[in-house]
Amino acid sequence: MSFPILSFVTFFPVAGAVLLIFVPKEKTNLHRYLALAFTLITLVASLTLYFHFDGAVADPQFVEKSGWLGYGINYHLGVDGISLWLVLLTTFLLPIAVLSSWTSIQKRVKEYLIFMLLLESGIIGVFVSLNLFLFYVFWEAMLIPMYFLIGVWGGPRRIYATLKFVLMTMFGSLLMLVAIFALYSFYYKATGTYSLEIFDFYKLILNPQVQGWLFLGFALAFAIKVPMFPFHTWLPDAHVEAPTAASVILAAVLLKMGTYGFLRFALPLFPDALERFLPLLSILALIGIIYGGLMALIQKDIKSLVAYSSVSHMGLIMLAVFSLNTEGVEGAIYQMLNHGLSTGALFLIVGILYERAHTRLIKDFGGVSSQMPVFSAFFLVCLLSAVGLPGLNGFVGEILCLFGIFKTSQLQAILAVSTVILAAAYLLWMYQRVMHGPITNEKIRSFKDINKRELGYLVPIIIMMFWMGIYPQPFLRKMDASVSRLLDRVHNRERIFLRETSQTTSLKSDRAAEAEVDQTAKKILAELEEKR
Amino acid sequence: MIPVGYFFSLSIVLFVLGIIGFFVKRDLITMFMAVEVMLNAANLAFIALAKAAGSPAGQVIVFFVITVAAAEAAVGLAIILLVFRQKKSIKAEDMRLMKG
Amino acid sequence: MFWLIPLLPGASAFILAVFGKWLPKKYVSWQACLSVFASFGISLVSFFGLLKVPPGSLPVIKTLFHWIQSGSFNADLSLQLDPLSSIMTLVVTGVGLLIHVYSVGYMAHDKGYQRYFTYLNLFTFAMLILVMGANLVLMFVGWEGVGLCSYLLIGFWFEKHSAANAGKKAFIVNRIGDAAFILGIFFIFLIVGSGDFRAITGAIEGGAITQGMATLIALLLFAGATGKSAQIPLYVWLPDAMEGPTPVSALIHAATMVTAGVYMVSRMNLLFTLSGVAGQVVGIVGALTAIFAATMALTQNDIKRVLAYSTISQIGYMFIGCGVGAYAAGMFHLFTHAFFKSLLFLAAGSVMHALSGELDMRKMGGLRKYLPLTYPTFLIGAIAIAGVPFLSGFFSKDAILTHAFAQGQYFIWALGLMGAVLTAFYMFRLVFLTFFGPERIESHAKEHLHESPRVMTVPLVILAFFSIIAGYVGLPVVLGEKANLFSRFLDPVIHPGPEVHLGISTEWLLILVSVAVALCGIYIAYVFYLKSPRTPHRIVARFPALYKLLYNKYYVDEVYNAAFVKPLVNGSQVVYDNFDLKVIDGTIDGTAAATSFAGKVLGLFQSGLVKDYTLVLLLGVVIFLGYLLF
Repeated sequence: MSFPILSFVTFFPVAGAVLLIFVPKEKTNLHRYLALAFTLITLVASLTLYFHFDGAVADPQFVEKSGWLGYGINYHLGVDGISLWLVLLTTFLLPIAVLSSWTSIQKRVKEYLIFMLLLESGIIGVFVSLNLFLFYVFWEAMLIPMYFLIGVWGGPRRIYATLKFVLMTMFGSLLMLVAIFALYSFYYKATGTYSLEIFDFYKLILNPQVQGWLFLGFALAFAIKVPMFPFHTWLPDAHVEAPTAASVILAAVLLKMGTYGFLRFALPLFPDALERFLPLLSILALIGIIYGGLMALIQKDIKSLVAYSSVSHMGLIMLAVFSLNTEGVEGAIYQMLNHGLSTGALFLIVGILYERAHTRLIKDFGGVSSQMPVFSAFFLVCLLSAVGLPGLNGFVGEILCLFGIFKTSQLQAILAVSTVILAAAYLLWMYQRVMHGPITNEKIRSFKDINKRELGYLVPIIIMMFWMGIYPQPFLRKMDASVSRLLDRVHNRERIFLRETSQTTSLKSDRAAEAEVDQTAKKILAELEEKR
Repeated sequence: MIPVGYFFSLSIVLFVLGIIGFFVKRDLITMFMAVEVMLNAANLAFIALAKAAGSPAGQVIVFFVITVAAAEAAVGLAIILLVFRQKKSIKAEDMRLMKG
Repeated sequence: MFWLIPLLPGASAFILAVFGKWLPKKYVSWQACLSVFASFGISLVSFFGLLKVPPGSLPVIKTLFHWIQSGSFNADLSLQLDPLSSIMTLVVTGVGLLIHVYSVGYMAHDKGYQRYFTYLNLFTFAMLILVMGANLVLMFVGWEGVGLCSYLLIGFWFEKHSAANAGKKAFIVNRIGDAAFILGIFFIFLIVGSGDFRAITGAIEGGAITQGMATLIALLLFAGATGKSAQIPLYVWLPDAMEGPTPVSALIHAATMVTAGVYMVSRMNLLFTLSGVAGQVVGIVGALTAIFAATMALTQNDIKRVLAYSTISQIGYMFIGCGVGAYAAGMFHLFTHAFFKSLLFLAAGSVMHALSGELDMRKMGGLRKYLPLTYPTFLIGAIAIAGVPFLSGFFSKDAILTHAFAQGQYFIWALGLMGAVLTAFYMFRLVFLTFFGPERIESHAKEHLHESPRVMTVPLVILAFFSIIAGYVGLPVVLGEKANLFSRFLDPVIHPGPEVHLGISTEWLLILVSVAVALCGIYIAYVFYLKSPRTPHRIVARFPALYKLLYNKYYVDEVYNAAFVKPLVNGSQVVYDNFDLKVIDGTIDGTAAATSFAGKVLGLFQSGLVKDYTLVLLLGVVIFLGYLLF
């Protein structure tokens, strides 16, 4: 690779943010056009990733590596079949987010757009980092712009919401930091060299007891981000208070950082611990599916309804990830993209309604369809995509997720399938109350149907929804190699046994640890024997 | 040659006087002076020990202390002046912004 | 070539959806009707082409592209044509075409004209995908697609609360069945490794599926069918679905979509036959639904609701056919029912059109002289559905009942027979109340009383014609082994059921019994509603509780509401208020509050006085020195 395309995609928005600093504050429109241009160029640049990505290769591609601070802290970027899609999702949604805040943000436009651009860089950085230190830097750095976006441009309870969001996330990520340090020191003890490279850690084999603790550190950070039940309560609050564009990014991309974390770190790094905690995590995910759906049923605010629907959908994605088979994991990645599109679109749509009505309470609406026919069609398509109607993207992901779950546990699938019913119930009921029926609120009569700008950012999403629903091959095929490598790592433990070269890799004495590993192995074998 | 003990006794006396001065006095200037007395008590001890041990290290430290004390005096007095402008008082009890 | 059949209406729907706003009404009607007409033409050509194809090379399959492929989950976008789907495409496009044409007149003055035809074309597309999909997943696509169109069309007049509600209810109730359907698909994938119909057939014939597994899968699939085809216990959405425009009720909620379940069961007939138990369940559910819905139809006053309950009941008959192993008979009833039931609905629509939208039979009567074309066509439909000999309904219903009897399913047969009396009775109650007797029309409606325009009556006449003759492709076996063309045509797809071991005399006797039953029902209706109109009131007065129960449709909606909907919504509210807001958020806020409280307490040590701090410092030094020294 001659041209550092990944660095470009990651840091080009930062360049935009720097440029915006020097543009006088009063020229708000110039700011908007500049921000749009920068996000669009980033999008175009990221599309070259798609075209040059080789789906048959499991290893990260477009790799850039150079030393940075020493002691294993390197600047190391790369994408594989999993992160590629999340990068594309981010770059695809950012121009849309900028467009959607064209008129709805009127105060401090400059700062707003700067934070948006910084946010984009932070998120992309999380997905492309292959060094844990770099990853952690981006993981935390991304919080700062989000904190300001909600805290400054949010609704009346924004301070509470943003503090809750940041503190809960920080709580998780600090534990993850500790776990990262522990891994770092174990690796040093095992090999005598410093490294924070993810791929080096994959080779590490750890005592299951230690794995358990480290796994919990990582898993908690990601579970809060996803968010899995019962760590989900920050989500509705953050969504309700956040401005539209922030909600879109939050739902569409930020939550995916949690699932991505599970796929990239928690699963392949700690396969033994995973085995131990799998039942617990699956149950939490399952509860999330049903609980989120039921809570969505009774929400009074459209945004918190969509937020709870996210909890439910993300529960399905997590359960599919934990099914640990090709269909489930590919379905989960696909569903991550779908959820990004459909939930992002739903938040945009709520934003459009809010710009007209200045309320998001379901009871204030009714009969909007007759006033805004084009809008109602768009709303319906996005909603049906979230419901998982065949022909739209949601179906492909949902059926793969459910089938993956089904292959692993039929009982779980039977419970998880309730999402099919619940999603239809809460979304269509909401749609009916908002869009159908006679016009009850006189204010609605003055609503104008969507304008060209709004059309401009909804149409690409709708096209993607149909494309991903009707012809998912290009998406699925680029995941194959990476997903099968990931599953290999989880199932076959194809890791180099490093412990023989070292004195200890665990907190316990070597012999005890070894005995324990042997014992677990024996136990597993015995269990397998019994099952046969 | 005067025994080191004498210098030490003087140093301790000066230091204790400084502490007493610091706690008894209420205006900042005097408290400040008390701190200076304590510093110089320490200096005296250092010098005496340096001479007795025949090592220049103690003297070097004294130079540092004098420099720091000078800087401290300058900054401290400036702060006191500013405080006086704001509050029209240099009583220590009047400055309780740090109260939790 | 045959793969164009679904794509034409699909393309038309797409064009109307995107550009409909700018297209003139006239163009819209032409495009919508022509696309379906072209599909119908291709269906006919393919049908005759199919007759020449040797049975060994069936079905003809056209794979467009790989659709979903991940691990062992595999679904192609491929369409197939075999006798079963061929018949369905003919019904869907044929009846669909007539209803498209009828709609041009019926919806002429509606402001959502373009939207209506978009949905109608989209429905035709989805229905054709359903019947032509070569694997279960694609079938499910059509299955959900028609559900969506049904939702859109029921709620077409969304300004009305009732319409919006009915649409939503239809979708959600259907989804309950669909969830089971998905699980059924998964089990098939797990065992067969593919959703392809040929692969499934191969697996069943190769003995890869055990009987128990077959029962499980078949029951899950059938649960889906109870949703789509409105059978017990998921039938509740269909009566409400009458909120949609009448042509929609005719196409979706009578002729095509609601019979998708019957098609699906016939398509999977090997599975149901293998299971045995599942077939029995299908038959019993069908029989119970047939009679249960018929009793509810007795007391309704809304002309469309009577027809809706009648549809539920007739689909019950089709499932009786499938349940007793006579899939061809079930399909045959589907075929004839498509004609006479859509005829009845369209004629009812014509009545409504004439009466400015009146639906209540109590405000009709004596209409036969005002509606010279609607009346005879409606009457033909009623005679056909009642099972009077020589019309289509007689042949198909008789085929089902004969098979039930021959299989020794006397209970199901008896229920079916009772249902037949009720059918004849409520249909003629409808005819007598609407077209005969004294006029009870409201004055404002009477001013505009007129026969419908030709664009609406011509489809009626054509449908009436088919309601009479459609039965002659499936004559009873008594008239010769080869008399039943319909069933022979389906032989390559449908596993030939157990032989019918009935003597000729028994069979004639059965035919006589069903004729007698039908005539009896008509006669009772005649006595009740024409000869001595006081009788129904006397009966109501004698059995008030029974009447109330029937009139309120056994309170099933209310029971479902109280048993499922209310507890779910209220329970969620309680959980939300107490668990989400109090326990989880309480924990989080509590942690934050505890931290902040600890800060406050520790803050008390901060006096803000320099001297205090210094004192602490001094003490610290003393303690530290003391520790060092001693």
